[in-house]
Amino acid sequence: MDQNMDRIPILRMGRFLLVTIQVDMYDRLAMALQDDLTSKIVEYHSRGVLIDISFLEMVDSFIGRMLGSVASMSRMLDAATVVVGMQPAVAITMVELGLSLSGVRTALNVEQGMAVLNGLVAHEVEGENYDSEE
Amino acid sequence: MILKSETLELREDNAVVRVRQRARALAIEIGLGLVDQTKIVTATSELARNTVDYGGGGTATLDIINEGSRRGLKLTFSDQGPGIENLDLALTDGYTTGGGLGLGLSGSRRLVNDFSIDSTPGVGTTVSITRWI
Amino acid sequence: MDTNNNLIELLKKYEQELLRDWIKEQLAAISLHDNLLTEFELRQDATDFHNAFQLAIQGGGLLDIREPPWEKTLRLLDNITKSRTRLGFTPTETARFIFSIKQPLFTLIQKEFGSDVKILGAELWAATVLLDKLGLYTAEAYIKTREEVIRRQQDEMLELSTPVVRVWDKILALPLIGTLDSIRTQVVMETLLLEIVRTESSVAIIDITGVPTVDTLVAQHLMKTVSAARLMGAECIICGIRPQIAQSMVQLGVTFADITTRATLADAIRYAFIQTGIKVARVSRQV
Repeated sequence: MDQNMDRIPILRMGRFLLVTIQVDMYDRLAMALQDDLTSKIVEYHSRGVLIDISFLEMVDSFIGRMLGSVASMSRMLDAATVVVGMQPAVAITMVELGLSLSGVRTALNVEQGMAVLNGLVAHEVEGENYDSEE
Repeated sequence: MILKSETLELREDNAVVRVRQRARALAIEIGLGLVDQTKIVTATSELARNTVDYGGGGTATLDIINEGSRRGLKLTFSDQGPGIENLDLALTDGYTTGGGLGLGLSGSRRLVNDFSIDSTPGVGTTVSITRWI
Repeated sequence: MDTNNNLIELLKKYEQELLRDWIKEQLAAISLHDNLLTEFELRQDATDFHNAFQLAIQGGGLLDIREPPWEKTLRLLDNITKSRTRLGFTPTETARFIFSIKQPLFTLIQKEFGSDVKILGAELWAATVLLDKLGLYTAEAYIKTREEVIRRQQDEMLELSTPVVRVWDKILALPLIGTLDSIRTQVVMETLLLEIVRTESSVAIIDITGVPTVDTLVAQHLMKTVSAARLMGAECIICGIRPQIAQSMVQLGVTFADITTRATLADAIRYAFIQTGIKVARVSRQV
């Protein structure tokens, strides 16, 4: 049963969702995260997802693949994804490993990530009438 | 010479996390810098995952070793799974039989100082990696 | 083994004598450095070692100083050697700490076992082999300490020669000066990435104007740094690529494709301002 399993919390921040990954990733956790994210994007009509990995001391190809999947799924649901907070040691290791995270936008921290998302969403809203959105 | 050794079972997904944590602890213990720690822990994660996903489960042995005056952390991943048919192919970036990114073996090799692999189809696979101070 | 017991008994019986004569030998030898090491310290070191030495022989025998009973003695030797190395003693002077035991010890062995040539030979041989091992250990410890000192000095030089400069809000510059070797480049790059995080800079300018040659290895490190920064969410610009370097890199097959490059630092800063949304305007001065 899944009652005792950790689930990664997803916070709503206006038009965006914020996910902070603080625990060691494993299969079922990653699957649960993807499920939760996709359903919340739809539920809240979210336009963007911020994934904060500043607590991750390691990103292997499994996690890299997960981040790529999240970005693809979100894109299909018309939400952009930005991964923020990667630690230098992790970045250096990923480059050596050959993980490029192509298709995933990145930013230094949550603040800059939000700026990216706002920038992406802003020029879409111009010229459209979204009066009943928020 | 092996100064310290521990062996962990790698039967399911959670075990990968456990092996990673032990690898990190030992890497810190022998004094590896943060980047080198991250490299060996990441290589550990890749290979441990391979053992569980492709090898049908196996064991991971973590050794603190020394050779002359230098110290190192050596990890050995062993399974009795299907083995690898074409090692050269398996060691190229991007080659995968299971929908992964195909970086596990080739990437791990780049992350460590010493890398050795021994695989026989139908018998099993053993991979050893070492990071020296 | 008999030799073990013979030596243990000998050391116990002539404890004070050995210590006294050994210290005398040392004092005679280090008269040049008597400002650096006081007699008190020398006595202390000798006594400490003598005690540890006795315990070690009792515990573990004479053959292998890497066995556990010798652990404490070796640690003691490490410390003594370290402090003497730092004081400026030469390797010989430092090893003399051990070798000066030979004369007094052999004198005692002769006194005790002189009548039996066979035992005398065996004891002298065992003692020599053991003391040689300890002496060599001291020499190795000396080398290790020297290497640590050199490494620390190198690190300090490295820090001084590669400052990361904050050009503007969110813009860093790293002016590299001098030849880059593989290790230096790695260290420098790690520092840059850490600074990027610390200062929340989304643009980093790497200026290689002051670098005379760039080989494939260094070029690879530069590219890896740019890739790592990109993964983290920051952009790197490489500037100051001199014509000779551009030529040799193309010849080596390095293209820096996919990386933003500019000829001068000024151009790079101009680009960085655009990227970070800064607009620079000339304002007329009121006289």
